[in-house]
Amino acid sequence: MSEQILTEVFEVEAGDFVAAGAASAQIKRILKQLSVNSDLIRRAAIISYEAELNLVIHSLGGKLILRVMKDRVVISTEDVGPGIADISLALKEGWSTASDDIRSMGFGAGMGLPNIKRNADDFEIRSAAGSGTTIVTTIYL
Amino acid sequence: MTVEELALAVGGEILTAPENAGRTIGSAMTCDLLSWVMARGKADMAWVTVQTNINVVAVAALHDMACVVIPEGMRPDAPVTEKAAEEGVVLIRTDASAYSVCCTLHTGGVA
Repeated sequence: MSEQILTEVFEVEAGDFVAAGAASAQIKRILKQLSVNSDLIRRAAIISYEAELNLVIHSLGGKLILRVMKDRVVISTEDVGPGIADISLALKEGWSTASDDIRSMGFGAGMGLPNIKRNADDFEIRSAAGSGTTIVTTIYL
Repeated sequence: MTVEELALAVGGEILTAPENAGRTIGSAMTCDLLSWVMARGKADMAWVTVQTNINVVAVAALHDMACVVIPEGMRPDAPVTEKAAEEGVVLIRTDASAYSVCCTLHTGGVA
């Protein structure tokens, strides 16, 4: 494991659309301060925003975690449920369980997890219905 | 084409962050799906959308966009303009259609 430079944990509340994006903005600021390349910051911003919105829209609340190491940036989420019944469906572009209210705000296009996966060098997801979901993404510097 | 020139050309009103209206627009997109814009947005982009919720500001700020144009006579609520002002995101509102705004961007040399 390479040397850890920093870890930041952001609590994300379920259903809080007003604060949504605040943690991602903070992550972007931190990476800018660390002089991370702008293309990698863009990828990290897409991952963190989609992950943060997934926590707001789909979870009962959770954490968005940033870890910066010498050779990589790791962005992960851990939530307290309700879990994903079928992960392969959730990863399919265009598939979403979002309500009509959420869709009317411009979300629920079924692009969140595919966007996260596309922008990460490594992507892991663990979940089951009735338990929490954990997502770990890595971008190599 | 600058943000200010675009606002003038579409008969628009700059609602927030006039200090950033001198920015040059590098590209443009019209779309109301936030994840779609999150996936394809770029720095210096002009984004035309009828979405007026606060998350539009977050997406525009994360991509460091040049401006967001709200067409068709739509108007964002005060918390949205307050957030945009805080983040330095230029919001422009106009009665022009989304199509007309895109035509103006094209005529103005935005590819």
